[in-house]
Amino acid sequence: MPRAETASPAAALTARGLTKHYGERAAVRDVGFAVAPGELVAVIGPNGAGKTTLLSVLGGILAPDAGSVELPPGGVGWVPQQPAVYGKLSVEENLRLFARLEKVPDVDAVVARMLDQADLADRAGDELGTLSGGNRQRVNIAVGLLADPAVLLLDEPSSSLDPRQRERLWEFIGALTGRGTSVIYSTHNVVEAERSADRVLVLADGELIFTGTPRSLEAEVGASDLDFEAAFVRFLHEQGH
Amino acid sequence: MRWLLLKDLQILRRSPLLVGLLIVYPVVISLLIGFALSRGPDKPKVALLNLVPAESNSFELGNQRIDASRYAERLFDSVDPVRVTTRAQALEAVKSGEALAALIVPADITEKLSTGLESAEVEVIYNNEDPVKGRLVDQIINSRLADANAALADKFREIAVQDIGLLLDGGEFNLFGRELNILGLKKTKTILDATLASLPPNASQRAPLRRVADFAGLAVANLNLATDVVGTVSQPVRVKRTAIQGKRTPLSAYAVAISVTVSLMFLTVLLASGMLALEREENAFARLVRGLVSRGALLGEKIGLAAGCAFAVSLAMLCGLGLFVDLEWGRFPLWVAALAAGAIAFAAMGVAIGALAREVRAASLLAFLLSLPIAFLAIVPNGSVSDGLYDVIRVISALFPFKPTLQAMDQALNDTGRGFGAPLGHLLALAVAFGALARLALRRFG
Repeated sequence: MPRAETASPAAALTARGLTKHYGERAAVRDVGFAVAPGELVAVIGPNGAGKTTLLSVLGGILAPDAGSVELPPGGVGWVPQQPAVYGKLSVEENLRLFARLEKVPDVDAVVARMLDQADLADRAGDELGTLSGGNRQRVNIAVGLLADPAVLLLDEPSSSLDPRQRERLWEFIGALTGRGTSVIYSTHNVVEAERSADRVLVLADGELIFTGTPRSLEAEVGASDLDFEAAFVRFLHEQGH
Repeated sequence: MRWLLLKDLQILRRSPLLVGLLIVYPVVISLLIGFALSRGPDKPKVALLNLVPAESNSFELGNQRIDASRYAERLFDSVDPVRVTTRAQALEAVKSGEALAALIVPADITEKLSTGLESAEVEVIYNNEDPVKGRLVDQIINSRLADANAALADKFREIAVQDIGLLLDGGEFNLFGRELNILGLKKTKTILDATLASLPPNASQRAPLRRVADFAGLAVANLNLATDVVGTVSQPVRVKRTAIQGKRTPLSAYAVAISVTVSLMFLTVLLASGMLALEREENAFARLVRGLVSRGALLGEKIGLAAGCAFAVSLAMLCGLGLFVDLEWGRFPLWVAALAAGAIAFAAMGVAIGALAREVRAASLLAFLLSLPIAFLAIVPNGSVSDGLYDVIRVISALFPFKPTLQAMDQALNDTGRGFGAPLGHLLALAVAFGALARLALRRFG
């Protein structure tokens, strides 16, 4: 398996040899990959595999112990698993606050665009605490997009959503990649990854043990009769995890 | 930072119950504490310097011997006396805090008491570093002195009434060891009246004897009234008070300083700790410090928010109290300086609590758990507890902003004469220390 990627001229983000320890334990070990513009990449793996740590390192929340991340000119937008917005402020006030903190040049225009993209213009004045989990997550993602980043990092974006909210979320993310924004997200829902992602990165015990399309992972275990989830589990077993 | 500040103010504006509680609770608590400060410990230490020679402890009054030491003991019913032998030792005991006050009994006290005409005077020396202590000394000395005076006055009255009775009715009287029989004014008048009746109408002795008999009649009538007048002699011993440090601050003004400081502390610490912990509870902290705001700026914003809000509320409270309590409005700029310095130090303590506790509920609980004992410890007067314990209390109080804020407020409100620079410098140092602690705690905040 590849442990480091050579930066392609077209790559939106390139990671090389990323390693992060928590005390003695290595949460991420020598991970490298590249993401193309407009690509939707899912980071999957069992609980404790290092998915959130990897995204935190890519997003600059955590500093790696070793390795580097080559970021695109527009930088990365980071969306944490739990909505990181203020429940007592309205949708618009949240967007306006973070747009000002991001120092975007035209706050009004950006807020209007985000309300439109997130399909929340009619809820702009509502306090966030009164919105559904799905709508709060859309505001959470919209905040990550305010600075118009070339790459968006999403940590378990659909974990607390019901199926209908999840469907609307993926429509929203699909529209983003359609506009050329690269999206890297972590999930433990492999079926969702199979359905939505262009490519999956499989992490186990901090190591990147697979990168490729869902179909190529199925082919790797040679199980055309299995669904993706069963193929994924078999792959982990074969890799000793 | 400006936008974060506006955001926090918006959040507060939309939480009226929280803001109401944050303002009303500390105001009520602080007023209760401030104005309820009227009792001290049961047996505080009082240095005693008794200059009366042992042989002069008792004195003659009328034909009776009074033992002054019996009455002096009453002064010590509710204090723990520390015996000293010189005035300098008494002063040192008070200055060092070994004793809450010193009581000096002058050498001539029994001599003055023995005249029965002149009040004797004892001297009370106390360290007026805070008015609670002054009030405590006043209460203890006044109450014990009143007991001693009442007992002495009763004895004086008893003797005076006996002597007047002897003068009126006659009887046995001891003068320098000789037993004398006193005739008494009533018997004198009877004898005179009988003598006058037996004299011829034109006897030359009749006119002078009549004058003596009239005088005896008048004396009998008036001395009967005098027994009531003697009963009003009530204060054989008076107190001369000497403060060895600071000016005397009215307790009401000191209570205002305590009330405002307590209110400032609660409001600032709760607001700062809660608003910082809220950033983590809303999951916004990691997003904010990911290049949008530095950790230092975030702390600065919370300190500014909490200090600003608490300053405004406390200043309004102070001005409100100023309508009811006599405060020196000319010292208003000092009020502002003391409140501002205290607010900043308390806010720094608040963000340290918020950063350590990390959750709003835990932060609020920790803020309460710390604030209440700190406030109470800071107003314990020295001399009212043992030396070792007081040293511990003094060290603990110096580690938190309550005591220096109280000192600054007291100086600003009452001109205690102890200077303004030391408490302000102390508060500045605490603000820096707590700010650094908060910054350190933010490393594991997200």
